[in-house]
Amino acid sequence: MTDATLNPSRSLNPFSGLMSGTVGPVTVVVLAIISIWYIAAVALNTPFQRDLYERGGLTDVTLTQMMTDTLSQDRPVLPAPHQVIVEIWDTTVNKSITSKRSLVYHTGITLSSTLLGFLIGTTLGILLAIGIVHSRVLDKSMMPWIISSQTIPILAIAPMIIVVLNAVGISGLLPKALISTYLSFFPVAVGMVKGLRSPEVIHMDLMHTYSATRLQAFWKLRLPYAVPFLFTSMKIGMAASLVGAIVGELPTGAVAGLGARLLAGSYYGQTVQIWSALLMAAFLAGALVALIGVLEKLTLKRMGMAQ
Amino acid sequence: MNAIASAKDTEMVAMTQSASPNRVIDIEKLSLTFETNDGPVHALADIDLKIEEGDFVSFIGPSGCGKTTLLRVIADLERPTAGSISVNGVSPEEARLNRAYGYVFQAAALYPWRTIAKNVALPLEIMGLSRAEQQERITRNMELVNLTGFEKKYPWQLSGGMQQRASIARALAVEPDLLLMDEPFGALDEIVRDHLNEQLLQLWAKTNKTVVFVTHSIPEAVFLSTKIVVLCPRPGRIYDVIESDLPRDRRLDIRETPEFLKIAHRVREGLKAGHSYED
Repeated sequence: MTDATLNPSRSLNPFSGLMSGTVGPVTVVVLAIISIWYIAAVALNTPFQRDLYERGGLTDVTLTQMMTDTLSQDRPVLPAPHQVIVEIWDTTVNKSITSKRSLVYHTGITLSSTLLGFLIGTTLGILLAIGIVHSRVLDKSMMPWIISSQTIPILAIAPMIIVVLNAVGISGLLPKALISTYLSFFPVAVGMVKGLRSPEVIHMDLMHTYSATRLQAFWKLRLPYAVPFLFTSMKIGMAASLVGAIVGELPTGAVAGLGARLLAGSYYGQTVQIWSALLMAAFLAGALVALIGVLEKLTLKRMGMAQ
Repeated sequence: MNAIASAKDTEMVAMTQSASPNRVIDIEKLSLTFETNDGPVHALADIDLKIEEGDFVSFIGPSGCGKTTLLRVIADLERPTAGSISVNGVSPEEARLNRAYGYVFQAAALYPWRTIAKNVALPLEIMGLSRAEQQERITRNMELVNLTGFEKKYPWQLSGGMQQRASIARALAVEPDLLLMDEPFGALDEIVRDHLNEQLLQLWAKTNKTVVFVTHSIPEAVFLSTKIVVLCPRPGRIYDVIESDLPRDRRLDIRETPEFLKIAHRVREGLKAGHSYED
C-alpha cells in the first residue's frame, strides 16, 4: 500500500531514478570533478598559449584550435585529466617495473617505507596506549609529549630525522619509514587509549567480582572493546603514514619514490609528471585505507560484532 | 533392627545439625561515607545485618537509600569506612578472591562479541578451569535457566529477558556461595518480570544458594524473600527487617493471599515511615 502511494510521487522527480542507487551519485560526482578540472585547465593554460601565438605571430586562431592547444601543452600550468591518464598509462603499463621511469617502481619504493613506518607506528601506538591506560604516571607524563609531537610541522622535522639518523649510520628505508612512524603512531595511540578505556563500569565491576587479574581484564575485556577503535585509527594512521613517506623523500633529494618523482617534476617543470605522481599517491592511499576497511569488516564479523 | 533405627537416628541428628543455619554474612555497625566536593555523603550508617545460609534476602527502599551500595560492599566493590563485615567468616576481599560471589547487574552486561555459551564461559576461563569442566558447567547452567539450544546465539539475537537469564547462568556457573542480584529485572516489563521471578524461585530451590536481591518493587520483594530488609535514605540505614513466614514453595497466585498482603503492608508502612520527613 505504501509502495503504491509512494511510487507516483517518486516518478515526478526525473532524477529520482538516477540518484536512488550509489552508482548514480558517484558517477555524477566524478563527472563534475572532471569537468571542473577541464574548465580550470583551459582557463589556467590560456594565457601561456596566447603568449605563444603572439610570439609566433599567429593572430586568427579559432577557438577550437586554441582549446585543443591549451589541453595538449608540454608543461601546462594545470595538465588536463587525459594528459595525466596518458602519462600514468605510459609510465605503468608501457615501462618495465625495474625501470627508473616506471611509476610502479616509484610507487613500490614509497609503499615499502609507508608499510614499514605504519607497522612500527601502529605497534608503538598500541604499546603507548596500553602503558597510558594502565599507569597514571605514564598518562600524566607521556600524553602532553605525544600531543605536542604532532604540533611540529613534519616538513621541518623530517630533514632533521634523516640527517641525525644518517649521522649515526642509519640510511636507506628506515629513516623514511620513521617519518611515517612519527605521523602514524599518534592516531593509533589516541584511538587505542579511548578504545581501551571504553568498557562500561559494569563490565569492569564484573571482572572485579571474578577476581580477574589486570592481564585477564586486558585480554578478555579491554582489547576486544578497543578493536573497532583500532581499525578506525589505523585508517587515519595509514593515510598519515603515506604522507610521511612522501615528505621523507623530499628533503633528501631521494632518487626514487613518489616524493622523488614530485621533486624531479618540479625541478624540470614537468607538471604532467607531478600530477600523475599525485594521482598515484591518492590511489595508493585509497587502496590502503580500503584494505584496512576490508580487514575491519572480516575481523568484526569473525568476532561476532558486525550484526 | 534397633541398631539400624539408632543409626538412622544419629544420621537424622547429623542432618539436622548440618542443616542448622550457617551464618554467611555478618555485618556490624557498618558505615560508608563518600567524600565529595560538596562535603561527606553518608551512604550507609550503622548497618547491622545477619544473613544465614540458604536465605533469600531482599533489600528494598527508595532511590538513594544505599541498597545497591550495601550490596556492593558485600561484593567488595566498595569499602566501608567504619564497622565490620564478614562473608563466610572472612573479609569480602578474601571471599571475592575465593570466588564466593555471583553478581547479576541491572543490565545483562553480556559481551557482544561472545556467543551466549562463551559469555557463560567467561568467568570459568578466568578461573582457569579445564575445557571439559567449562563445557559441563555451561551445559548445566544454561539448562537451569532454560536457555538450552541458544548456546551459539549472540546476545543481540536474544530478548531482554533471555539476556538477563544468560547473565544469571553466567553468575551461577562460578558456583558461588552467594548470588548477589542488583535489580536484575528492573529493566524488564511486568509480564516477563513475573515469569522470571517464578523461575528464580525454582532456581533457588534447586541450587539452595544464598541470594541477596536488591529491588524497589514491594510485590517482588515479598514474593521472593525469606527476609526483607527495608532501608531508608539520608543516611542510608535499616528501618525494618521482616522475616517472611510464607512457605518456601510459592506460586504467583500467593500474591492474593492475606498472609502475603500482610507482609506487603508492613513493607509499605516501613517505606512510608522511613520517608515521612520528606515531602
